[in-house]
Amino acid sequence: MNLTLQVWRQENATKEGRFVTYKADDISPDMSFLEMLDLVNERLIKAGERPIEFESDCREGICGSCGCVINGQAHGPLRGVTTCQLHMRSFKDGDTIVIEPFRAKAFPIIKDLVVDRGSFDRIIQSGGYVTVKTGPQPDGNATPIGKDVADKAMDAAACIGCGACVAACPNASAALFTSAKVAHMSYLPQGQVEAHKRVVNMIARHDAEGFGNCTNIGECHAACPKEISIQHIAIMKKEYICAAANYEPEIQRSEGAI
Amino acid sequence: MLSRILCSSVFQKVIMAVTGLSLIIFVITHLSGNITLYFPDGTPFNKYADFLASLGWLLYAAEIGLVATFLLHIATAIQLKMSNSKARPVGYKVYQSKGGPSKANLSSRFMIVSGIALLGFLVLHIWQFKYGPGIEQGYVVDIDGKQVRDLHRLVIETFQNPLYVAIYVISMVLLGFHLRHGFWSAFQSLGMRNPALHSALYKLAFVLAVLISLGFLGIPVWIYLNSTGVAS
Repeated sequence: MNLTLQVWRQENATKEGRFVTYKADDISPDMSFLEMLDLVNERLIKAGERPIEFESDCREGICGSCGCVINGQAHGPLRGVTTCQLHMRSFKDGDTIVIEPFRAKAFPIIKDLVVDRGSFDRIIQSGGYVTVKTGPQPDGNATPIGKDVADKAMDAAACIGCGACVAACPNASAALFTSAKVAHMSYLPQGQVEAHKRVVNMIARHDAEGFGNCTNIGECHAACPKEISIQHIAIMKKEYICAAANYEPEIQRSEGAI
Repeated sequence: MLSRILCSSVFQKVIMAVTGLSLIIFVITHLSGNITLYFPDGTPFNKYADFLASLGWLLYAAEIGLVATFLLHIATAIQLKMSNSKARPVGYKVYQSKGGPSKANLSSRFMIVSGIALLGFLVLHIWQFKYGPGIEQGYVVDIDGKQVRDLHRLVIETFQNPLYVAIYVISMVLLGFHLRHGFWSAFQSLGMRNPALHSALYKLAFVLAVLISLGFLGIPVWIYLNSTGVAS
């Protein structure tokens, strides 16, 4: 396959970026999208140019490292896959592919297609944990949990934190990410102790990081490689409405990112 | 501090949802009264208008409540829109929906546009009818020995003008688009977590939007067609 790539190139966070066009010739349809970029980079290096920076780790769709916006869609045209699991057979010979980073104020660009998703880590730090006793491993059957409840919790816990929800959201909101992290613990007894504190502080942190507001469009659900439903956002909202009367957040929206 | 809760993204959407649903109740009430405009005889409509006017202070209280609800809905919407724009300072060169479970469509993507257009319509609508010519200007009719404002005549006369008919039809189509996303979205914002209700409400929103939109836009069209003799 012979393709034309329009790639966002940006030296660093402060410099202005621009689109650069590259030819990607002799691409096998069996290559993954990232392997195609690897090949293009190899040729760029041989030609003495700076290779295209992108992030990847496991390349099997479970780590959440990779991700870019391909022809206007986070992780490309397929649903339920990450960028590394997208293959070139999803494109046609002669196609022009526009490759952009995930764009959001809360995801500042580090270089080219690499963005800083530290804002997600700070949302987790603000409440995405449970308090457990240290010491010997607890008995596996000490807290029985029904299969239906465990399944629901697992649906939410499938989130790999890739950031595609933010990239796809017309408002650059991280409501789906935050709700997945709130919901998977809200289902389980271990999550009940800090339930109020958790949802209030995680949303306060979400807002302070500069993410947008959810307008219930559901583009995040369509872009999510783990196909996490926006019903988790409703769960988060209900949790918040119940908690807001009892608990006040530790930071406020205007306090901004750390 | 309460303001931390009030300013949060979740609470602001709760305000949008509560005010939005209140306004939908108002719109349905308004439409059920206006159904009388489909009758060829103007008396039922004039009686209904006179009944509202005779409520006195109760009507003022309702109007103040309505204006406050509108203002809160609009002010919060503008605030949310501004913070959403700030959340993505550099936009995409190409952006397209991934389809599937996504509810991205003209209705959900352009709520602010349909909302602003409806605000403009509202100003025109209130200026034309509420503050339009009344008893002093000769729009008067005798109902059961009582002199009341002939609002029916004003409505009929207004919709002889095809320009007004077009403005009203377009505005009511936009109202339909606004409600198609707005009605369902309100329940989502209020934390409605039952998955079965979730899809049922999404379908109900479509039916509700079509019914309300057609119910309203039919009035000027019906009056115009009647006057030009097409329908009679």
